[in-house]
Amino acid sequence: MSADPVSEFRYIGKKRRTKEDPRFVTGHGRFVADIALPGMKHVALVTSPHAAARIVAVRAEAALALAGVHYVLTGEELCAATEPLLIGVDAPKALRYPLACGVVRYAGEWVAAVVADTRALAEDAAEKIEVEYQPTEYVLDPEKAVLPGSALVHPLHGSNVLYRRKFVWGPVEEDFDRAEHRLAFRVHWGRSATVPIETFGVAARWDPGQQLLDVWASIQMPKFPEQTARALRLAGNAVRVHFDVDVGGSFGVKRGIKHTVLVGYLAKKLGCAVRLIEDRLENMRGGDMHGPDRIFDIQAAFDADGTIRSLKIRALDDVGAYAGRSPLQLGKPVGAIVGPYQIHSVEYEPISVMTNKTAQEAVRGFGQSPTNYALEAAIDRVARHLGMDRIALRRKNFIRKDQFPYLIPSGTTYDSGDYHAVLDKALAAADYPALLAARDAARKAGRLAGIGIASCLEPSGGNSSFEPLFNPKNETTTWMDSCLVRIDLSGAVTGVMHTSSAGQGHETLVATVLGEVLERDPGTIRVVHADSLNALPSNSPVGSRMAIMLGGAAAGAAKRIKTALLAIAAHNLKQDLSELVYRDGSVSVRGDAGKSLGWDQLVEIAHRKYHLLPPGMEPGLQAKFVWEVPTGGGLPTADGRVQMYPCFSFEAHVVLVEIDPATGQPGIASYVCGHDCGVMISPDIVHGMTYGGIAHGIGAALYEKFAYSDNGQLESQSFMDYLIPSALEVPAIAIVDHCTPSPHTAFGQKGSGEAGYLGAPAAIACAVNDALEPLGVSIAELPMTPLAIWTQLQTASLPAKTKSSIR
Amino acid sequence: MSEKLYAVSVEVNGTLREAQVSARQTLVDFLRDTLRLTGTHAGCEHGICGACSVLLDGQPVRSCLMYAVQADGCKVTTIEGLAQPDGTPGALQDAFCEAHALQCGYCTPGMIVAAHALLDANPAPSEHEIREAIGGNLCRCTGYQQIVDAVKLAAGKSARSDA
Repeated sequence: MSADPVSEFRYIGKKRRTKEDPRFVTGHGRFVADIALPGMKHVALVTSPHAAARIVAVRAEAALALAGVHYVLTGEELCAATEPLLIGVDAPKALRYPLACGVVRYAGEWVAAVVADTRALAEDAAEKIEVEYQPTEYVLDPEKAVLPGSALVHPLHGSNVLYRRKFVWGPVEEDFDRAEHRLAFRVHWGRSATVPIETFGVAARWDPGQQLLDVWASIQMPKFPEQTARALRLAGNAVRVHFDVDVGGSFGVKRGIKHTVLVGYLAKKLGCAVRLIEDRLENMRGGDMHGPDRIFDIQAAFDADGTIRSLKIRALDDVGAYAGRSPLQLGKPVGAIVGPYQIHSVEYEPISVMTNKTAQEAVRGFGQSPTNYALEAAIDRVARHLGMDRIALRRKNFIRKDQFPYLIPSGTTYDSGDYHAVLDKALAAADYPALLAARDAARKAGRLAGIGIASCLEPSGGNSSFEPLFNPKNETTTWMDSCLVRIDLSGAVTGVMHTSSAGQGHETLVATVLGEVLERDPGTIRVVHADSLNALPSNSPVGSRMAIMLGGAAAGAAKRIKTALLAIAAHNLKQDLSELVYRDGSVSVRGDAGKSLGWDQLVEIAHRKYHLLPPGMEPGLQAKFVWEVPTGGGLPTADGRVQMYPCFSFEAHVVLVEIDPATGQPGIASYVCGHDCGVMISPDIVHGMTYGGIAHGIGAALYEKFAYSDNGQLESQSFMDYLIPSALEVPAIAIVDHCTPSPHTAFGQKGSGEAGYLGAPAAIACAVNDALEPLGVSIAELPMTPLAIWTQLQTASLPAKTKSSIR
Repeated sequence: MSEKLYAVSVEVNGTLREAQVSARQTLVDFLRDTLRLTGTHAGCEHGICGACSVLLDGQPVRSCLMYAVQADGCKVTTIEGLAQPDGTPGALQDAFCEAHALQCGYCTPGMIVAAHALLDANPAPSEHEIREAIGGNLCRCTGYQQIVDAVKLAAGKSARSDA
């Protein structure tokens, strides 16, 4: 590979403005709350005040008596008229509907929906609905929930455990027996989520003439149209989801299936357009968008020289009261269970447990960030145990660049990487010796300071094989994405994508790729979003897949266009294909530039001059390409080995944190992230997502928590209690790029949408604990809030000198 | 329900707009629902996230924390009003495009309004002053870095043109 892997490209990897930004900076985005349908009615929700209760009666008369109130929907009616929502694991009796049916299972659960002329009126009416409850036993602690005798969230399911399996990959017990050292510890990833600034919203309209439900929603969800139709007992082609709605951030959570089934049912029932826009409270409490809440019990077996032989990982994840795809977030980490390290064997016991809390949904990284936090904590503890340098230990165990493709114990082969080089670049950019000096100087001055180091892998472009891994009845191994390219009679290029976007810049991605292959200016290429009835198959932008999958599909379709243009030219110039040169959309004879056909001429032949088309060629100029994940799709082996992801990006974080000894308030003094996602198609977009991922990781590490009271009330229900980092908590961040192309993709690209978030929490936790180490205390739970840090400072057995400086 | 309505007269983006509003209609709902200026976004509806920021007589305010009736007789500038007369992006909006200072675009209007107010008051802000000025506007996509870059870029451009 050349020193600059993107030098061969014309548009890929170059600084270019995005296609999307101009409409947003002028206020011309089209978000779901901007869609006003004629005669549209509005929904407000009645929610449960109890963590668990039987619903004795719902009295709606006073609400219905208000002028402008049209309907009150109860769970009883909705559950009888719809199919239960899909569950990611085999738990057919842990039923889930959009409204509670007979019982409520968490505080904030939706009990009834009110439809009125305005949102304000609907909210007024919701307050007038009287619900009589009979409180029942509940369980909030996942460790208690797994025990016999616990209160059951879904009694019919028979237990609170949704999924539990112990995987053993390789000779774990032998490796533990042989290892010179062993250690065990526990860390806890607290309940947080991505919490986009736009809440979830959905509008739907039933067309009685066409018998068709139109849906506009703020979604990022695979198989969303099909699941909506199925739950509403409609044919798949009786639901049309419009993918041209701008989504105001998602990062995994905007699944909204329960919202959409509710609103779709109401639209059909009432024969009018209906819209539900969550307010912030609804979003945080009843929107079912909490993220992983995971207790890790880790055992590591290693030698005195730092060789890590084996790991045992038990991960207990609290998914809340209902399961959608959330248990599968324990599955994705299987694809990178040893991180970037050469670890010979692994035991992994994922346990998915239900409690009486708001339900969990997919969050950026789909479980990878918590797992990486646990893995990196293990590396730090091994280093501390051996008295070995943290960086040296990582270097010793990193997979070397000459070992790729590299097969890990859980059956996945990593494509490519150069972890040593990326870490070295990050350390150089951070000026590591100076960083150490700064830390030590701060400590000498009586402040608390610590350096965090973390690396992590970003599995990208996967095939969803965690579905069959966690549910043998589900044989999903296909996880394609598609692109349609049209060249119209005027010669203009239009790319059609088949899902909605939530800020990832897919229109820029498609235009850049089409421009690159067709050698046409991406600025002239339009990219549109189909609706679900005229869409090719797509699995939506999940799992850092679109650069790989949509980029690959766009490249495939563009190559088909180019092949057609060359065939038309060969036929008309009466030349063999091998004699032709394609340049800037024109085709000429090699060595005779005067003998050529230009873009406009070729396009005109394709569209208007059938007599000049090669025999048998389809007229017009369009091509579709449907691409499966490049490493394909295979079912897991009996012992749970599987290749889910084709490409593995890598990042190395180096962070300096200072802590105010009086208040426990942490501040990030320096942040460097070395990042390798192969060839970057749009560097500005990759860097933006990485900065944002780090900011999000800072939130998960230090501030963000969905906290519950002992009686099951969510205590962080607003942005005054659930603290999202602002520009003052997020420091200036330096990203250092490295490029190890993937051998599996069209241009060597890998995924990057989850970058930053996967490694930042581990790095910041590592830095905080490094700062606390001189005091002999540490924290093993995220978020490491100022209060948590302050509490540790108070309990620390401080040396006299430090004590006086803290005072 | 028949709520009592009050007449308001607000100059929005240079045009006088008169309407009858209920006492409880917020300014953000008035702009979005009544005037159909949907560039201003509601994010938290409790005054923390800043997505609904607009300029009220030149000062940035949270339109979710104000009632429409309170804006009676005031001048309001929304994100739509910061574009050039032909609708193309203004200088700060253009700098946001150049620096790719946004992803999903949802917080962007409020962010640009906050940055616009800063540059009006302080044409050459330091990085810390920029971060202070946008510190009341939450963004989940960008980590703020490219936003800070965009404001610096816009400040640099206006400084040069002033010179």
